[in-house]
Amino acid sequence: MSEAGSAQLVEDGSRLSIRGDWTLEHVARLATLCANLQGKIAADSRIDARAIGHIDTAGASFLLDLAGADPARIDVDRASTRKLIAAVSRAENAPPAKRRRKDRGFIAILANVGQALDDIWNDAIALVGFIGLILAAFARSALDPRRWRVTSTVAHIEQTGLNALPIVALLCFLVGAVVAFLGATVLKDFGASIYTVELVGYSFLREFGVLLTAIMVAGRSGSAFTAQIGSMKAREEVDAIRTLGLQPVDVLVMPRVLALLVSMPILTLVGMLAGIIGGAAVCVITLDVSPLMFITRLHETTGVRHFWVGMSKAPVFAFLIAAIGCLEGFKVAGSAESVGTHTTSSVVQSIFVVILIDALAAIFFMEINL
Amino acid sequence: MSAEEPIIRIRGLRNQFGDFVVHENLDLDVRRGEIIGVVGGSGSGKSVLMRAIIGLGRPAAGSILLFGEDVATMSDSRRALVEQRCGVLFQNGALFSSLTVAENVGVALTEHHDLDAEIVHRLALLKIALAGLPLDAADKFPSQLSGGMVKRAALARSLALDPEILFLDEPTAGLDPIGAAAFDQLILTLRDSLGLTVFLITHDLDTLYTICDRVAVLAKKRILVADTLDVVEQVDEPWIQEYFQGPRGRAARRATQTHSTPLPAGP
Repeated sequence: MSEAGSAQLVEDGSRLSIRGDWTLEHVARLATLCANLQGKIAADSRIDARAIGHIDTAGASFLLDLAGADPARIDVDRASTRKLIAAVSRAENAPPAKRRRKDRGFIAILANVGQALDDIWNDAIALVGFIGLILAAFARSALDPRRWRVTSTVAHIEQTGLNALPIVALLCFLVGAVVAFLGATVLKDFGASIYTVELVGYSFLREFGVLLTAIMVAGRSGSAFTAQIGSMKAREEVDAIRTLGLQPVDVLVMPRVLALLVSMPILTLVGMLAGIIGGAAVCVITLDVSPLMFITRLHETTGVRHFWVGMSKAPVFAFLIAAIGCLEGFKVAGSAESVGTHTTSSVVQSIFVVILIDALAAIFFMEINL
Repeated sequence: MSAEEPIIRIRGLRNQFGDFVVHENLDLDVRRGEIIGVVGGSGSGKSVLMRAIIGLGRPAAGSILLFGEDVATMSDSRRALVEQRCGVLFQNGALFSSLTVAENVGVALTEHHDLDAEIVHRLALLKIALAGLPLDAADKFPSQLSGGMVKRAALARSLALDPEILFLDEPTAGLDPIGAAAFDQLILTLRDSLGLTVFLITHDLDTLYTICDRVAVLAKKRILVADTLDVVEQVDEPWIQEYFQGPRGRAARRATQTHSTPLPAGP
């Protein structure tokens, strides 16, 4: 460690003797020193820095504080030190900027609430507009096979569908087992534990198969869409696509939407099957129901309409997840942090929308007795 | 370390990626207080060399002494101290996009020194002004800055800890000629006033002619020559002849001969 910088008033305050190292290392001490001396130095006193040790920009800045920002009042020996002080002095004379203070009071809270509501409204408008844009792009390219991006679509089907199969199957299998276990336990008190078969069948065909898959896809693929398109946006790649005379919606969005439209129903089917198999496994183990009996009972009591109720929701969810994922990607601006914010927002929005639509659909299907 | 001992000393350096050898048997000395310009064709490994010196890339063979200490065998705590004595300006600025310019500059100050937020902010503003940025840029985010301002903000961040060596990777690339000339003068001023050693990678012939004390030519996987421009220009090597005697090289030299008096320094 070097010797910390010091300043000593000598001879009735007309001269200030500077010693030691005026460097970043000692800056906290120098700040206190200067604050203490402030006001005690006469405006015309000399700052004698001939005996100064090391000095850097931080030290020079505080030395200038003592000199009332006037480098001419500082006596130095070395030319390099003089140059340093002059450079720092020039920099400090730059016109100061107005610092914007952040308001943190009650008004700010109100403003934030208003801003958030406004954002929700704008998000909704933007989503509806974007869905229109996608549908228009569908209509444009449906009749023009040259604009079908088969390779890109197939690659996305692999990423969002094939690669997601194991995790969706495992997740549904486990939830299926849990549902069956709960059912078996509760229904046993009524001597109706065989109804566990219907419970598993109904819940997975109508709701859980598609809902669990949608949540998985939103977390897995929706977020990936946002991050992919978002980092392309941040690096001006989306602008480059536009200047090449291509439509970002055609190039980036269509393959992703189509891929999810293909993947989601397949994943949902696998999810339903895995859930029912999970339920069946629990039934076989805890209820002494043979696998054959399980299948026969499922066949007798659960109509195929339940399967179609669940499956009909898959493409809707797929479309919404893909649309939200891509739209959030396009909203990214500039920074890496923005990519993170919008990826979070994409997952939250898509899961919210999926559950909302699912609830509305449940009421709708019940009212029409399906 | 004596005054004559080079601040950076590279011997027998070899860098390779898989089978692709970038540097082979590369020697280079950088003296204290000089501005050394490193030139070479695209892909000749200038940035790789810089990354090796600052310890971001591990060389396959050879030794690099930074302040007289071997970069490869240094302990982590030692390395952290040495890194505080180096300022680096990356090619694309590499500013942290989630922080304002002032926060970018202040990061190292806050992390390495126990300072009040007030002092950190004051010192950050000083560096920003030293780097020639208007102070109202301090509260802006990197995405709101123009290309030239990003370079200056990155320079301000590299100066944050008052380094002894400044590594600059193509500081004037992408700047307009006026901005580039001002940047050159800024580096010259900073070197003269702060006593920096500057390791400068550049393609800008004007920069080479105006501010570099010595020029190191990186070609054929090694440093062909490292000397003053007068000597380097005369080396009988096709690449060097083409580089310095080509139309751009001649124009840059003519420009320095007519403007032999340096432009007034200033931000």
